[in-house]
Amino acid sequence: MRHTITILVENEFGVLTRIAGLFSARGYNIESLNVAPTLDDTVSRMTLVTRGDEHVIEQIKKQLNKLIPVIKTEDISHKAHMEREMVLIKVRAEEEHRAEVLRMADVFRAKVVDVSASSYTLELTGKANKLDAFMRMLEPIGIIEMTRTGPVGMRRGEKGFVVES
Amino acid sequence: MKLTGAEIFVECLKREGVDTIFGYPGGAVLPIYDAIFKQSHFKHILVRHEQAALHAANGYARVAGKCGVALVTSGPGATNAVTGLADSNIDSIPTVCFSGQVFSSLIGNDAFQEADVVGITRSATKHNFLVKRVEDLALTIRQAFHIAQTGRPGAVLVDIPKDVSNNSCEFVWPETVDMRSYKPMVKGHPGQIRKAAIALLKAKRPVIYTGGGVISSEHGAERLVELTDRLHFPVTNTLMGLGAIPYDHECFLGMLGMHGTYEANMAMHHSDLILAIGARFDDRVTGKLEAFAPDAKIIHIDVDPASISKNVTAHIPIVGDVGTVLTQLLAELERRHGDIDKDALDVWWHQINEWRSRQCLAFEEDPHGPIKPQAVIRKVHAITRGEAIVATDVGQHQMWTAQHFGFRRPRRWLTSGGLGTMGYGLPAGIGAQIAKPDDRVVIFTGDASVQMCIQELSTARQYKLPIVIIILNNAFMGMVRQWQELFYESRYSHSYFDSLPDFVQLAEAYGGIGLRVSDPARLDDTLNEAFAVDGERFVLIDVAVAKEENVLPMVPAGAALNEMVLA
Repeated sequence: MRHTITILVENEFGVLTRIAGLFSARGYNIESLNVAPTLDDTVSRMTLVTRGDEHVIEQIKKQLNKLIPVIKTEDISHKAHMEREMVLIKVRAEEEHRAEVLRMADVFRAKVVDVSASSYTLELTGKANKLDAFMRMLEPIGIIEMTRTGPVGMRRGEKGFVVES
Repeated sequence: MKLTGAEIFVECLKREGVDTIFGYPGGAVLPIYDAIFKQSHFKHILVRHEQAALHAANGYARVAGKCGVALVTSGPGATNAVTGLADSNIDSIPTVCFSGQVFSSLIGNDAFQEADVVGITRSATKHNFLVKRVEDLALTIRQAFHIAQTGRPGAVLVDIPKDVSNNSCEFVWPETVDMRSYKPMVKGHPGQIRKAAIALLKAKRPVIYTGGGVISSEHGAERLVELTDRLHFPVTNTLMGLGAIPYDHECFLGMLGMHGTYEANMAMHHSDLILAIGARFDDRVTGKLEAFAPDAKIIHIDVDPASISKNVTAHIPIVGDVGTVLTQLLAELERRHGDIDKDALDVWWHQINEWRSRQCLAFEEDPHGPIKPQAVIRKVHAITRGEAIVATDVGQHQMWTAQHFGFRRPRRWLTSGGLGTMGYGLPAGIGAQIAKPDDRVVIFTGDASVQMCIQELSTARQYKLPIVIIILNNAFMGMVRQWQELFYESRYSHSYFDSLPDFVQLAEAYGGIGLRVSDPARLDDTLNEAFAVDGERFVLIDVAVAKEENVLPMVPAGAALNEMVLA
């Protein structure tokens, strides 16, 4: 089962290594991991996507909480939540394909962020499956390069996942 | 008051109540050693290898019930300490290790004696720190001691660059430590305690299974004995948990697991309720997981939530400090009407006594020799009236000591349980003797293990420690040989030594007393002679024991607990 776990950590040197090290040491896999600062500059927020059965996920959550700089974690997979991911894709766009690429970008509401004589670079934000579909459409035309952020996630509703003061 | 980092180090240790540290100097810790030279708040014990500093701190911590402290230099000093850190960490022994680091400006430059110590020790510690500014030093040390000693205790490393030791700042002692990201649970959840009490009173075939957590928790062992007396349930200990209940308590079944007793393993296998306390169901205890205690409901008390339901699913998990939770549980039992199922328990005890009557630890002695290692251990128990502090290395002698010595009290048994570190025993015994100068310390070791930290004989001599070291010498790496005999058709691949040193001469060369015995008729006299030495010199006894004696009974790797090989 795919699980999305959000984590608040102390914004200090080495935290990312501790999290990554935990996964490699215990043989858990990380599908994606996203880290960025929050409004409180002493806290960073991570969104981690992993796979495992209930037992493994339970251990992952406990082991994460056991790391000293981890303030709190929440598995949002089974709660109403949203996930968004961004991709940058550089697509081959020679004469005959330039219009096709732009039409595809329009259909998916992607933005053109860079143009050259033979390529377009597109930016798209959305759920992972939307990004997948977009790439599938562009693949026959020719993807030169692409980079994805991995999802960031948040629960729906008014309640916030923050450090209680 | 402005102090240098090195002076802050001394001041913080003083305020943490540290009376002894174990270490070895080097370039990056020279400022700290200079500050140590000028103070009189704590003793510094100079070891001969950094691994031994950590093991000695571990032995000290276990016996004294305090935090062990070690100090090592950068680079090889710190990498040598890694085994000791990993050992303390997996056995949950509170330890703080300070390592020197090269100047901050040189970090990352592959400087002389530079190593990425925070990186290297990350998975060998509960937590580690690199101190970047002298202003952070006092708080970091405070947090290090807090983390090492609370929750599930463990090893913490603090890496201090040389410039941080040299620089000065205003000294501010943080009176309290409050970390928003680290708040271990102490009290158990009352609802869970209620459920546990109900389950205990309903049990027909219960077993109490306890580990090192009972030893490390304040009042853990006392409460365990109270609970046992209240319920009259059978009790078994893990290797780490020995001494929590007196070995001669009528409810004690001995150790469980791979080399546990037949009665302990059979009781676990056939139980309908296991009360696990401060133990972690490791592979040496459970045997084949799928076949482990098929009918048992499991109550698991542990301070570390990650240890609960890791290997074996707990039906009633209780997170909290063992001593505190047992106090709560005793109060809950007091409050409840109804009592244990006496009739069912009678039947259960009858069954257990039948298993006991197999006498699984019995061994035969031949007056013409060779000496049986088990006999040596039993004799030492008798000579010391079971009161000695006992340390071991790792292997056959360790299992025989666990099976045969018989421990009366907690914090008298030092062994490397989780990591299984050969070389642990001698330095751990040294640490223990320093913590308890007036108590008798005995180290059981093997001819292979003892050579892994044998340089510490020099430390024992320097500090005039009257430790007694007993080498159960079979001229084999006994446990490796045993496995090769049982599982590799006796192909003894590299498990024996062609040229063992003369241990008696070696002891003398290090300034101790060396004795040798191989004749069973001379064993008593030799042991008595060793224990009669009253002075400042260590005694080493090289006992030639039966070469191919096996540790039995045994649950073969991959078998279930009820599939023991008896003698």
